[in-house]
Amino acid sequence: MADAAVARSRSYARRERRRRLGPLSVLTHAALMVWTVLVVVPIVWTFLASVKSEDEIFGDAWSLPATVRLDNWARAWEQANVGQYMINSVIVVACSTFGTMLLGSMAAYVLARYPFRGSRAIYLLFVSGLAFPVYLALTPLFFVVQNMGGVPVIGPFIGLNTHGGLILVYIAYSLPFTVFFLAAFFRTLPGAVAEAAFVDGASHTRVFFQVMLPMARPGIISVTVFNILGQWNQYQLPLVLLTSVKDKWVLTQGIAEISADAGYDADWAALFAALSMAILPMLVVYVIFQSQIQKGLTAGALK
Amino acid sequence: MRFAVGFLVLPVTLYVIYVIAPYAQAFSIALTNWRGVNASPRFVGLENFRRLLEDTVFWKAVGHNLLLLVLLPVLTLVIALFFAFLLNAGGRGGAGGVWGSRFYRVVFFFPQVLAIAVIAVLFQQVFRPDRSGMLNAPLIAMGFEPIGFLSDTDIALWSILGVLVWQAVGFYVVLFSAGIASIPRELFEAAAIDGAGGPPMFFRITLPLLWDTIQVGWVYLGIIALDVFAIVWVMTPEQGGPDYSTTVMAAEIYRNAFEYSKFGYASAMGVVLFFFTIGFAALALRLSRRERIEF
Repeated sequence: MADAAVARSRSYARRERRRRLGPLSVLTHAALMVWTVLVVVPIVWTFLASVKSEDEIFGDAWSLPATVRLDNWARAWEQANVGQYMINSVIVVACSTFGTMLLGSMAAYVLARYPFRGSRAIYLLFVSGLAFPVYLALTPLFFVVQNMGGVPVIGPFIGLNTHGGLILVYIAYSLPFTVFFLAAFFRTLPGAVAEAAFVDGASHTRVFFQVMLPMARPGIISVTVFNILGQWNQYQLPLVLLTSVKDKWVLTQGIAEISADAGYDADWAALFAALSMAILPMLVVYVIFQSQIQKGLTAGALK
Repeated sequence: MRFAVGFLVLPVTLYVIYVIAPYAQAFSIALTNWRGVNASPRFVGLENFRRLLEDTVFWKAVGHNLLLLVLLPVLTLVIALFFAFLLNAGGRGGAGGVWGSRFYRVVFFFPQVLAIAVIAVLFQQVFRPDRSGMLNAPLIAMGFEPIGFLSDTDIALWSILGVLVWQAVGFYVVLFSAGIASIPRELFEAAAIDGAGGPPMFFRITLPLLWDTIQVGWVYLGIIALDVFAIVWVMTPEQGGPDYSTTVMAAEIYRNAFEYSKFGYASAMGVVLFFFTIGFAALALRLSRRERIEF
């Protein structure tokens, strides 16, 4: 009875608020819809073009496809190598994000909770990386990676035109933000649980992996999301480090190349299909994890 | 202590090899005339910087970066503040915001998760100059001349600015919405009791209390504007064209280093970009420093 009354008064209050905001709220939604359309239409238009025929693509841009041509998608996947590029991206990002999180959290933890002479300097060394434009380092980085290729035994796996080399570079360039963010996070965690574990005879390493890391979960998730997206979307570094071997390219390189190659005799339908293929997985992942993704990407700015 | 060293040795080694060493080397390479992969660098002092002063293409690039540096933050922040204000009805709506605000935030934010290289190819198609282009098709249908979004030297840079704003706005809408939601409701209620309407409430309460967040956004967007590369390199004809009308510092660095193999010269450009970045960050922090409002 009381519940029903509360529910009724709530819904009344809501109705009342909406009524009061009447004309203003219509204008508000009109303005918000304008930007919604601006965001959605180019993407929907791309998806529509990906199932059009060549003639339809070169015809009126706003016409709908007469038949849904899924063979465009098949051609993009097979002949334009989008499938290969996507697998490469998955391999590289899986390894580099895992490596970034492992090394980044280890460094951040020690720097945050084990002060020693020089630990502050090491912390600043990491954080200073946030201020440098990557373009300054491009030329020397190219030669560093080239030289790493000459290292005995492991050289062939980490030189130029190898996924290993790209992965190590991704890890190194993701460390500044990862260390900066996680060190701040580790500092806020209470020390009592760790002390209890030490009393029980746990080693430092064990306390890190089994006590502190699980406690830092929210921060770890945010930074992981941030790194996955940043590394997946990276274009500049693979452009420099994976120049000559097309079969090793990541997705962003592949998509950019298809459009650069596209002349008059190009397969435009396959270009749109490739573009849609690059967008679709992001859309699916985003719809499922949107709140974590928004938190992860804005994490750095909300400190 | 042994534990601390053990945990730090790998990350620090990797970081020094791949990040610190290249940055340090860049400054010394900038003082050499190093050309070509097999040539050996020779010290030439500030010669590269003297030549940069006369390099009209590079100064065009600097001009474009500076234009973006001013306009990208201004446009993005104003649009984002406007939408964040609408979504939260000035904060009065409480945590929930207006009806459907979650939906709008999800849609607005989506471009942020797409790679710039992908967005560049997408808008290349949207901007096509004939009736197969998404924007030109309706113009032509209405009897207007098609606009050369990417082929007209007076327009191409604005197209780039438009795409950058298109991508960035959602991020700041979400950021500012979170900021507005964290402002205590009592402040809005007190203002409402005092008779403040929407706009005064926005300018007197929301805006001042969001100032820190806006400042962070300003620095982020400024750095994005100085580091523009993929959108120019992938979307524009001649990679920075037509006739260098859209080129930016990063594109010229890449072109000089990896197409002309002028490593010394490209590094000098990198040093200039570095000083622009540091200068901008210092300036932004200085200009926007003001008393912090605790709440």
